[in-house]
Amino acid sequence: MHPQEKGRENMQNKMMKKYFPVFVLPTLLAFTIGFIVPFIMGVYLSFCKFTTVTDAKFVGLQNYVKIFTEDGTFGHALWYTTAFTVVSVVLINVIGFAVALLLTKKIKGTNVFRTVFFMPNLIGGIILGYVWQLLLNGLLLQINKTLTYSSVYGFWGLVILMCWQQIGYMMIIYIAGIQNIPGELIEAAQIDGANKGQLLKHVIIPMVMPSITICTFLTLTNSFKLFDQNLALTNGEPSNMSEMLALNIYNTFYGRTGWEGVGQAKAVIFFILVGAIAMIQNRLTRSKEVQQ
Amino acid sequence: MRMKKATAFGLAALMAATMIPAVPAMAKGDDSKGSVYYLNFKPEQADQWSDLAKKYTDETGVPVTVVTAASGTYESTLKSEMAKDEVPTLFQVNGPVGLASWKDYCYDLKDSDVYKNVESDDFVLKDDSGAVDGIAYVIETYGLIYNKALLKKYCEMDGAVIKSADEINNFETLKKVADDIQAKKDDLGVDGAFTSAGFDSSSDWRFKTHLANLPIYYEYKEDGITSTDAIKGTYLDNFKNLFDLYITDSTCEPSLLSSKTIDDANAEFGLGEAVFYQNGTWAYDSIKDNEVADEDMGMLPIYIGVDGEEDQGLCTGSENYWCVNKKADEKDIQATLDFLSWVITSDEGRESISQEMGFTTPFKTFDENYESTNPLVKAANEYVKAGKTPVSWNFTTMPSEEWKNQVGSAMLEYAQGTGEWDAVKTAFVDGWAKEYKAANEG
Repeated sequence: MHPQEKGRENMQNKMMKKYFPVFVLPTLLAFTIGFIVPFIMGVYLSFCKFTTVTDAKFVGLQNYVKIFTEDGTFGHALWYTTAFTVVSVVLINVIGFAVALLLTKKIKGTNVFRTVFFMPNLIGGIILGYVWQLLLNGLLLQINKTLTYSSVYGFWGLVILMCWQQIGYMMIIYIAGIQNIPGELIEAAQIDGANKGQLLKHVIIPMVMPSITICTFLTLTNSFKLFDQNLALTNGEPSNMSEMLALNIYNTFYGRTGWEGVGQAKAVIFFILVGAIAMIQNRLTRSKEVQQ
Repeated sequence: MRMKKATAFGLAALMAATMIPAVPAMAKGDDSKGSVYYLNFKPEQADQWSDLAKKYTDETGVPVTVVTAASGTYESTLKSEMAKDEVPTLFQVNGPVGLASWKDYCYDLKDSDVYKNVESDDFVLKDDSGAVDGIAYVIETYGLIYNKALLKKYCEMDGAVIKSADEINNFETLKKVADDIQAKKDDLGVDGAFTSAGFDSSSDWRFKTHLANLPIYYEYKEDGITSTDAIKGTYLDNFKNLFDLYITDSTCEPSLLSSKTIDDANAEFGLGEAVFYQNGTWAYDSIKDNEVADEDMGMLPIYIGVDGEEDQGLCTGSENYWCVNKKADEKDIQATLDFLSWVITSDEGRESISQEMGFTTPFKTFDENYESTNPLVKAANEYVKAGKTPVSWNFTTMPSEEWKNQVGSAMLEYAQGTGEWDAVKTAFVDGWAKEYKAANEG
């Protein structure tokens, strides 16, 4: 190595050391205050009985036992959330990808369409929930029903809402992925006589696998943790039958006196579930990614 | 290096400081006088309380902060506020069951001016040792609000089953009238006899809590008790009869009930689309200034078909109790007690409470000069003067919110036809025992 270059590297190291605390400490502190401390407190509180978080009494595993013995709503919420996640992940990604394919073809007005499809993503979940509640209730009124008549209506209402909101976002990621595929690769495949189906299956999809990883990860965790839209659209009605996990935790914590600890215990279980699912999903799709 | 570290730390601290959520600006005054922080339950009267607080601060220099929790979020707001440094010094509970979760926070009001001025111990929450934990500050009444003009119009129609509203003094007559109005609704120009029995969370308490009070009241009365660990459900059939009336003689299809809100019911009554509306004196603010004139608003008792109900009055009670926070600073507690005393004795306080907020209070200091102008309150007073027996608010002894929710859900399922009445019975009777046990196991 050239001595001058070595000197520069030393300088850089020195600079790094000097300014490391300036750049890292604020973030670390914020992360500690905003995440690590509440997290540890939350886990501790899940073993406590309390009304206010500063005044807690340790009770051991009682809260966790209660979830599975007395509560009776957590199981349904888990099942409902899983069903919703599966349906919405598939729908959002398939439609998002299809729209992306369409909008990477050279047709007129692609930019306008891209903007239009992306826009719903800019609106907040609560507002979307209420807007769609009005729309869907207006529609269901024709058959004298409402969204909260049964959890089936609530379920599909939520699916429609989430598709509408998320497809545009996923579409953008897919478009970026598709545009990154080298043109010569597709050309070569066409010269070799690949038809459209083969092109899609053997060239495009393997090449956008990184985008698929990101999109499935985003939709999976978003759907699993969904709260705002659920709260605004149905609020778990009727009889908590359209209540997803996050809302169930919230209602347990704030809705039932003496059950704050149980809500906290549910939140810990929820954290473990989301973490596990995200990791498994990442493993699975990562392994299918190819190097260019 | 040391210098750098100090800079880094300073920067970090600055960053962190910006993360701390802005604390609502407390009106800082003279610290030695203490301060008052009232977490108000009633959003309808939020502005009036703030005005009153400002007047008190101007007069005495004691800072009074009034924060009002958004509708339906009082318990959650209270929970988070109590965990902060600036705790509410004055808060509310909704009765004995609500008190259970906050009893460790209640200052004994035995020696306070407020307690000395309360008319009777009926309006006070006491614990086993006799300590005064909470004092009701507003007495409210509910029943069947009805449109006098519409009912008069009905009475004048050919073949009307009654000649005047006074004849409705039991369930049988009420049912006949309601059914007949429903049958003739087009001639009468209404959409239904009753407003929609909405089961949106803004409205479902009218049934799962207030209507459910009647079978509980009659059962307690029959058994000579004031609370119980296991309800029998003796009068559940009567309860069903009236509820059936609400959903069949209504302005809307039962399948739409799950989304109907209190605003829907208010609008239906206010615009004269329905004759009867089960709600209370507090509803006046929401239905006034519409097509129904003040003098056309009347209130009937809720009849469920029990023997001797001709003498039954309206349902009167309170679910708003003031509690002073024992864990607050001592001088803040004293400041709070002084503030409360001022509210119920000074001219400004009494005027604001009775006229601007429109409350009827249980305090001796409110003489005839401070009577409410609310026509529904007047209707309620007339029943008391006529010697009818008021129905007490026994729903404050319902074991938990969860119990109410379960009963409400079952009622909705029954109403829209997706469930059976037996589920309501189960939620009512078995649910009571279960929830009571859960709430009282320590």
